[in-house]
Amino acid sequence: MNRRPRPMAMFLTYLAVVVLVIVTLAPLLWLFIMSISSTRDLTSLPLHWLPEEMDFSRYAKLLTIAAHSAGEEFVFALRNSLAVAGGGTMIALVAGIPAAYSFSRYPGRIGLLYAVLATYMMPPVALILPLYMILSALGLLNSVAALIIVYCTILLPFVTWLLKSNFDAVPLEIEQAARMDGAGLFGVIRFVVLPISKAGMGTAILFALLLAWDEFFYALLYTNDIRAKTLPVAIADFAAGRATDYGLISAAGILTALPPLVIAFFLQKSLISGLATGGVKG
Amino acid sequence: MNRFSGWVAGLGLAVLAGVLAPSLASAEDVTLNALFMKQAAYSEDDIRAMTTDFEKANAGIKVNLEFVPYEALHDKIVAAQGSGASGYDVVLYDVIWPAEFATHGFLQDVTSRIPESQSAQVFDGAWTTVTYDNKRWGMPWILDTKYLFYNTEMLQKAGIASPPHTWAELAADAKIIKDKGIVKFPIVWSWAQAEALICDYTTLVAAYQGNFFENGKPSFDSGGALEAIEYMDKSLKDGLTDPHSREYLEEDVRKVFSNGDAAFALNWTYMYNMANDPKESKVVGKVGIVPAPGVEGKAPASAVNGSMALGITANSGHADDAWKYITFITSQPVQNKYAKLSLPIWKSSYEDPAVTGGQESLIAAAKQSIADLYPRPTTVSYQELSAILQKRIQEVLLGKSSPEDAMKQAAKDAERLH
Amino acid sequence: MRRIGREPQAWLLIMPMLAIMVVVTGYPLVSTFRLSFTDATLTGRIAGFHWVGWENFRYVFSDPDFGDAFLRTLYFTFVSVASEILLGVLVALLMDCDFVGRSVVRALLVLPWALPTIVNAMMWRLIYNPGYGSLNALLLQLGLIEQYQSWLGDPDLTMNMVILADVWKNYTLVALIVLAALQTIPRELFQAAAIDGAGPWTRFWKITFPHILGPLTVVLILRMIEAFKVFDIMYLMTRGGPADATKTVSFFVYQESFAYLRAGSGASYAVTVALTSGVMIAVYITLLRQREGRA
Repeated sequence: MNRRPRPMAMFLTYLAVVVLVIVTLAPLLWLFIMSISSTRDLTSLPLHWLPEEMDFSRYAKLLTIAAHSAGEEFVFALRNSLAVAGGGTMIALVAGIPAAYSFSRYPGRIGLLYAVLATYMMPPVALILPLYMILSALGLLNSVAALIIVYCTILLPFVTWLLKSNFDAVPLEIEQAARMDGAGLFGVIRFVVLPISKAGMGTAILFALLLAWDEFFYALLYTNDIRAKTLPVAIADFAAGRATDYGLISAAGILTALPPLVIAFFLQKSLISGLATGGVKG
Repeated sequence: MNRFSGWVAGLGLAVLAGVLAPSLASAEDVTLNALFMKQAAYSEDDIRAMTTDFEKANAGIKVNLEFVPYEALHDKIVAAQGSGASGYDVVLYDVIWPAEFATHGFLQDVTSRIPESQSAQVFDGAWTTVTYDNKRWGMPWILDTKYLFYNTEMLQKAGIASPPHTWAELAADAKIIKDKGIVKFPIVWSWAQAEALICDYTTLVAAYQGNFFENGKPSFDSGGALEAIEYMDKSLKDGLTDPHSREYLEEDVRKVFSNGDAAFALNWTYMYNMANDPKESKVVGKVGIVPAPGVEGKAPASAVNGSMALGITANSGHADDAWKYITFITSQPVQNKYAKLSLPIWKSSYEDPAVTGGQESLIAAAKQSIADLYPRPTTVSYQELSAILQKRIQEVLLGKSSPEDAMKQAAKDAERLH
Repeated sequence: MRRIGREPQAWLLIMPMLAIMVVVTGYPLVSTFRLSFTDATLTGRIAGFHWVGWENFRYVFSDPDFGDAFLRTLYFTFVSVASEILLGVLVALLMDCDFVGRSVVRALLVLPWALPTIVNAMMWRLIYNPGYGSLNALLLQLGLIEQYQSWLGDPDLTMNMVILADVWKNYTLVALIVLAALQTIPRELFQAAAIDGAGPWTRFWKITFPHILGPLTVVLILRMIEAFKVFDIMYLMTRGGPADATKTVSFFVYQESFAYLRAGSGASYAVTVALTSGVMIAVYITLLRQREGRA
């Protein structure tokens, strides 16, 4: 049984928790408030912390597709981001799961995994030009496909490594039992290893989606227009030249942040247990 | 496992949606890719309107427009070099880049495409935007310089009868306004560590008749060039310039001025009509504009050459069609039609009531300024030079270094470039 | 205890991943390495260049501006990573306690980390706005400052403000990872230690710390690599200014390649950055192994 905590300790604990929540949430809350405040509210001194009138029109503006409007720009960017993050994650999983299994069950090649992880150390700024030329020669510039291909190389090392750690934690005995029942390699992976590593899978998917959603520099240079531009680039465009509608920029920020925030929020349980079951035991 | 399959299906659908997105123009049309800038000068809507007109007059040619922030314009043109014929056909470039672009082979030489008769019809300052190595690398399009904007109401309240003609007068007027408590920091500039800073600096250099280089050697640590930065430094120390200027770009300057928080501002043509737009500004009808001041005994006024031009990329597969597009939107009728945010390059336009109507003071100021545009150095390594100057000037403005020391250091750094 | 053998199968499973990495990352990497020994410029198709051997690298190491950028980046890396680790561990310890609403707070902790870097950069830039930002408003109304400050305009202050924005976003990841590790520690260990008379500090060092060291190491290396090559947040918040106060080594590479069109030189800076990261990590791992060996 736990010791009964002293009242002072409990008070301090709750105080700390309150501070933590405020520090964590305040900026985000403010971003939201900015998105529904008028420019007048935001540029008056002293600052109006709560808007006189709540203005949700920016959200409507961003989500309606009128030709050449901010909304069209935004909605297409949203679609592109979804496609790129989804596609990249999927391919990363398809290639990563077998690789992770191999690294986990057949030792000796681990050097390869570390080499692949090491590519992560190169600043993307360095790789961007040679890659640009290849993509252009293949006619793939300004396409969602190009971004998916490039993002795979960012997501794969992580996904493989996370999954390998999780697979390591799956007891061999269960696998051997399945083999003795006649399961082949893919059967073992699909019906034994994966179900047990669901939490780890969740973690890997979460990391992959977030990494892809977040990526900016490649997207900035490889995309030109709504056919392939992703949300980060669209946001940078909105905030370009220090444009003056703070509310619109904030609304765009909130909308861009929503999908990853929502996914992370719901997967966070799996994230913790995925990390705990050897996700990052190193 | 079911939940996992659900995830896979969901992701798969998202991918399909993205990859099968509608695209592809019809095969017979020629499609041109054109790169423009997002802020300042012509608005996106104006450019789209011009382009639609062009497409109507030229069946079979479609133009894809892309707008990027100025900061990204150079990067995109550079990156597009690797994409051969599938990159941009037409690009908007800044007056400071022809030396670099021409030397590196990014643009096509169009000297032969420009009829001799046009040379006299367009301002000389406009031609310098596209000329390097005795060849022309595009057609000028945005003819721009920074003007001195002032809040007529504030000057009136301070008892100042007419706007300042010299920088010394400007400082004196600003002091009067500050002392009378009309506004805390009367002057606002765009002094962030960016090209905008160099534009403001160059305006002052032009006024003090300074030189960036003399006999091939950097001379920013002496003469007019040094006086220019000393002026900037002093106006900060005297409390006449808003210290936040050191973080501002042109849009910030416009915002502050339009909010009624400054009496004087230096900015491009586009701010005139936007500061008079009730949707954007609180100082409608109180916007005065004159050429940027000069210096007693040196120059009557100053004007930095901030123009931009349209060029055909070296790799374009549709050079002739690209030229058609460029000729169209730089033509006098088109430029006259959209003269509210950027003034035409054609001399006779400035007598045309269609252009001057509603913005007489702007035109009056423009006539004087455009005649005397002062260029920034036309060297292949301008980007590096600008970065050096930006850094050192900022050091002075932030109080980290004295003007002489910083400029001497800048001169030393710049010597490595040649 | 693992199965050995079945070589072809092992390789086959890795093939897809290797194929993608080699094709898509291999060529650019090799190209970058090769470029770093040339004086290639961005003329057309990076053609017509000359082999210059170690010249580029000699320049890299003698360039005072790069030296400054290097130190700056080290500062950013160490300060932000150290802050994240410290805060992360403290918060994790807090979250390990039992209190009402714990799972809700834990879920909230995911939010800053999941926020896209762009949105984070933009959000903080708005908060730091010298004319209208909320930080200024808050501090002024609390009486902590007398007038609005230029948070991103003062070279001494700017880097720290950027670090603040970065730490705010990333410390929660450390907290979550450490929390996950904490929850695997059997409670009996603490009770036994308490009975033996060990104080809270001793309990932390002898029990908690060894358990979280593994995951902590992993996230530390991760964050170190990411912090050293930081670019996005600088690009959006300050573009390297004011007066180069936030120009990091990645910015250098960016400038060399895109602004000055020197592909070969840019590549040499890039290689230097990557190698430095590698060295830092190698040193850290060696120290860790030694420590583990001793303990």
